[in-house]
Amino acid sequence: MSASKEVLLNPVAKNNPIALQILGVCSALAVTSNLNTALVMTLAVIAVTAFSNLFVSIIRNHIPSNIRIICQMTIIASLVIVVDQILKAYAYDVSKQLSVFVGLIITNCIVMGRAEAFAMQNPPGISFMDGIGNGLGYGAVLLFVGFFRELFGAGSLFGIEILPLVTNGGWYQANGMMLLPPSAFFLIGAFIWILRTWDKSQVEAPEFELAKNTKKEVA
Amino acid sequence: MSANNDTIGKTITVTVLLCVICSVVVSAAAVLLKPIQVANKELDRKSNILAAANIDYAGQDVIKLFDERIKTKIVDMETGKYTDAVDAATYDANKASKDPALSVKLDRATDIASIKRQAKYMPVYLVETNGQIEKVVLPVHGYGLWSTLYGFLALEGDLNTVVGLGFYAHAETPGLGGEVDNPKWKSLWPGKKVYPEGSVEPELGLIKGAVNPSAPGAEHQIDGLAGATLTSNGVTNLVKFWMGKNGYATFLANLKAGEV
Repeated sequence: MSASKEVLLNPVAKNNPIALQILGVCSALAVTSNLNTALVMTLAVIAVTAFSNLFVSIIRNHIPSNIRIICQMTIIASLVIVVDQILKAYAYDVSKQLSVFVGLIITNCIVMGRAEAFAMQNPPGISFMDGIGNGLGYGAVLLFVGFFRELFGAGSLFGIEILPLVTNGGWYQANGMMLLPPSAFFLIGAFIWILRTWDKSQVEAPEFELAKNTKKEVA
Repeated sequence: MSANNDTIGKTITVTVLLCVICSVVVSAAAVLLKPIQVANKELDRKSNILAAANIDYAGQDVIKLFDERIKTKIVDMETGKYTDAVDAATYDANKASKDPALSVKLDRATDIASIKRQAKYMPVYLVETNGQIEKVVLPVHGYGLWSTLYGFLALEGDLNTVVGLGFYAHAETPGLGGEVDNPKWKSLWPGKKVYPEGSVEPELGLIKGAVNPSAPGAEHQIDGLAGATLTSNGVTNLVKFWMGKNGYATFLANLKAGEV
């Protein structure tokens, strides 16, 4: 695997920002109640991570190290505002549903984490790829969670009815909990479980061993 | 990163340059995209008015249809008569309700919809056929569980029968309070009556559970939203407030008597 391909695809499964690094969970709970918002949010985050990585990387040799976090923040915040404005202009309905969460990409740890951990040490091209990769990793979890939440919570996918709801004269009783943010916790948990079953290297070494049950041995 | 990046001179230069470039990018995006955003908002508002008035706008030019079918008038909420105090085309009632000069503070007893301040002037939208008022669309808003619900309530020409209710902005829980957007629930509204015979006190509201169509007063009742008591109460309150004497009741009475 070439270096850039590895940088692009590793964050999707092997080093997923949400599943392994547990970053950016907040917005993953908020915007996944249907696939439309999850998809638009994914695209927004991919754009912001990729370009913030690119610009941080371009000027990485000129950023004074004592104000580097502020410099990264300025770039990220500007990009987020631009993305928000574009969404308001060209995807008004979705931006209405996403409301503050587009603005909150600024505080998404993935964006800042990649700028600080990767773009500050690597040339622009590969940093851009890393940004896209991490955005994709974030998006994979979002779409996974969004798929199950919309299907079981609203009986539809991308707003198209799959399971006809009882309230619309069908047979499927919608699971209201799926539409509430806590359900995303269970789904992200399940995602991490599946991922770690598939790739055992992600399982951390246990922090301590359970002591033997001495009473049982006596008996 | 070389050490000379950390000199005061370099730090200031980088900071200033970065800030200038970023602010140019941000302002450019905001200014260039502003016209499209304003048009989007306008389109959204107009399609919601058309939807509330039950005029099918699918596949048509919303702006053109709106201009053809809908007449906008400004009502002075105190006298209940039309006024020219503000320009109907540019007046924004939501903005005016935050402006002390253009709004009145509501005291706790009258403010059943929890909106705190009410604009002195409200736009109303009339659908006319041959000079006869066919439908009246009234903007309403009130507090639900998490958010203020903004919407339109449309009445038939008798100024009592509901044509439809629709919200264009709210942030209620999806699947519970958010069901105010459910077409099936919205279809319960048409045909209901706001006021009982000979009364100016609005009776229309949501009840707990499903409405029994043969029960007395069923024409003033709508099924409550399951699992969303507070949103349901909010909707009831906003209907009661806006249809009551602090809302459009005076205007509707004037309109009925032909004295606007």
